[in-house]
Amino acid sequence: MSNQDIEKQEFNITVYTENQIGLLSRIAIIFSRRKINIESLNTSPSEIDKIHRFNIVITESEEVVRKLVRQIEKQVEVLKAYYHTNEDVIWQELALYKVSTDVIAEKVSVERLLRENGARAVVIRKDYTVFETTGHREETDNLINILQPYGLIEFVRSARVAIIKDSDGFNRKLREFERLEPGEDVIENEYLNQGEKVFTM
Amino acid sequence: MEVAQETLTTPAPKTAVEVSGSVALLEALIVEGVDTIFGYPGGAIMPIYDALFDYNDKLNHILVRHEQGGIHAGQGYARTSGKVGVVFATSGPGATNLVTGLADAQIDSTPVVCITGQVFAHLLGTDAFQETDVINITTPVTKWNYQVTDANEIPEVIAKAFYIAKSGRPGPVLIDITKNAQIQKFNFEGYTPCNHIRSYRPKPIVRPQYVEEAAALINQAKKPFIIWGQGVILGSAEQEFKAFVEKSGIPAAWTVLGAGAIPTDHPQNVGMLGMHGNYGPNVLTNECDVLIAIGMRFDDRVTGRLDKYAKQAKVVHLDIDPAEIDKNVKSTVPVWGDCKETLPMLTKLVEEKQHTDWLNTFNEYTRKEVEAVIHDELNPTTPEMTMGEVIKQLNEITKGEAIIVTDVGQHQMVACRYAKFNNTRSNVTSGGLGTMGFALPAAIGAKFGAKDRTVVAIIGDGGFQMTLQELGTIMQSGIDVKIIILNNRFLGMVRQWQELFNERRYSFVDIQSPDFVTLASAYNIPGKRIDDRTDLPNAINELLSTKGSYLLEVMVTKENNVFPMVPQGCSVAEIRLK
Ligand SMILES: Cc1ncc(C[n+]2csc(CCOP(=O)(O)OP(=O)(O)O)c2C)c(N)n1
Repeated sequence: MSNQDIEKQEFNITVYTENQIGLLSRIAIIFSRRKINIESLNTSPSEIDKIHRFNIVITESEEVVRKLVRQIEKQVEVLKAYYHTNEDVIWQELALYKVSTDVIAEKVSVERLLRENGARAVVIRKDYTVFETTGHREETDNLINILQPYGLIEFVRSARVAIIKDSDGFNRKLREFERLEPGEDVIENEYLNQGEKVFTM
Repeated sequence: MEVAQETLTTPAPKTAVEVSGSVALLEALIVEGVDTIFGYPGGAIMPIYDALFDYNDKLNHILVRHEQGGIHAGQGYARTSGKVGVVFATSGPGATNLVTGLADAQIDSTPVVCITGQVFAHLLGTDAFQETDVINITTPVTKWNYQVTDANEIPEVIAKAFYIAKSGRPGPVLIDITKNAQIQKFNFEGYTPCNHIRSYRPKPIVRPQYVEEAAALINQAKKPFIIWGQGVILGSAEQEFKAFVEKSGIPAAWTVLGAGAIPTDHPQNVGMLGMHGNYGPNVLTNECDVLIAIGMRFDDRVTGRLDKYAKQAKVVHLDIDPAEIDKNVKSTVPVWGDCKETLPMLTKLVEEKQHTDWLNTFNEYTRKEVEAVIHDELNPTTPEMTMGEVIKQLNEITKGEAIIVTDVGQHQMVACRYAKFNNTRSNVTSGGLGTMGFALPAAIGAKFGAKDRTVVAIIGDGGFQMTLQELGTIMQSGIDVKIIILNNRFLGMVRQWQELFNERRYSFVDIQSPDFVTLASAYNIPGKRIDDRTDLPNAINELLSTKGSYLLEVMVTKENNVFPMVPQGCSVAEIRLK
């Protein structure tokens, strides 16, 4: 293993953006152009009206991640981008498991299974049952292993969502980031909560 | 279109008028101060061209011969005028022909706004005739792009396009407008330029403590060295830069795109950096104690091998683009901001000094370089002419006042090395992308951007053949561009590499050319070919004194090399004189 590989670790990149067609591809290109694989990508509205939030997970060295984040921030529709190690964030992935209701009712103590894996049943139909669990990769993987012998019909796992551990959340991070990389503060941005009044499409 | 134009070409009509998307677009361009558009029509942009027919007294449209020519002309216009270049093209093949120019403008931070026509919105994604996914094709090579499908969006989008193209670190913007949006009538309430976009911060706020730290480093330095790039020119900070250079007394060297920000003959201007730059600035990069990089991005053609680049130096990096700081070279003190703002702050804090001995070290290296390379290049004793002596002759006649537009190859490096620039915005070349075929159309645009100045295009026999159809644009527009073809009967720069690094295996670099002078005459452009040194002064005089365009073909040595050279994979200090 080269030094570079040793330095590599999972990073959670958080990007605040306008909700704009084509931006996803602009951001994706920043990674693909450098031949960096995106392991997980989630995009959704944020706590601020009309601002979207991307959560992107990649495995890279911090130096590479820092440069990537600057390139992301350069995009016109990006308000702010940050990166964090796994230690800095609380993260979760949602998983759904579809199994045959007959098999599962007959062969397993469903109650115990759910309790032990922190799962719950989302749908119970005559033909199949869907369970749901949320957690880290190992936790959701664990339930696959348990259900596999009982004929797991279908499985899906969501992209990762992450929230910063620090009690100041992005607020403090933002200021720290600003110190290293000056710019108008997003929070100080007078236009931030003016929605339609500002020049945006 | 029923409405009289007089009521329209004002920034904000009191009452809304009903106009088509096309008319709104042209009105917007006028408010943005656009006077020249380079373009090529086609089915999907016909409504815009139809509207343009009524605007020919306000908007000068130059019909190019190929869309690539259109965008290079737009780039040339932007580079000499400091304004935004505007380009029109139709959908599909028209739009894809812009891609090379967009990539070129993106890497060289040139502000251009391209308007492309697109098929009707209801046909998008159906593989309709001449439908191409222009937005996705151009995403990696634009600063911003947007597809308009409704005429109501046009005023806002165009305002945004111009603001993004010219603010902060400039760049190309492409707006793709579907045909229905061009035709659609809507209530046009006038046009207001944009000055703020919530998510876009064109320049970072300057933090004075970094400027203070930078000044402290500079004041302590024994061997400080300034390297500057196009950022000085893009920020219109030439005066501020000169004041800094002169007060600090620090020797200063330039990247290809920075040429001309201070005159070539300025006593502290120690020459060009990089692969074919001057000997002194390259070697001494690895001896200075503080390296002050201003508006430049440490391109690999400038730095050579990064792990051996200026390792001994503390680095102060001034740049408007935060992503450039620490991208290639780690800075000791980063100074984020527009150098128009940061340079005066820095000048105020630096001590007035003269680094005479240190400056002399550069001069010492210059002497070596003159002896080993420059003297013979400019005063050859061989029967055949060199590219360098042509440039020298040009300098003598133009006195460093001309705009020099170059293509890509040996002649480009020779021209950048030897041409004298008394003024800023005088060196127009494809620096980052190295686009052959750039010069002829860019020179056309350069002349439109600076009508009072002499524009000389210096082009290789290879590159000329990439966009020579733009001679037609010269003919039709009557523009005055002086063309010098430096014909070495080779794809010279590639041949040089093959000679030096591939044991002279000249694989497909032997290029034949048509009779360029006859070709020019077919376009009504006078010209001459010379291959005797004694004809050179007269020929250049004739080129410059002939009214209108002129093509001069100079036959130069076939196998001449551009030296010095930092071979790929070497450190700048390993620059070779031969
Ligand atoms: C569009 C494009 N294709 C290929 C190249 C690669 N290339 C760089 S320099 C060069 C040779 C240029 O030859 P010429 O135009 O005759 O100029 P010279 O080097 O002889 O001055 C080539 C082929 C390029 N830069 N651009």
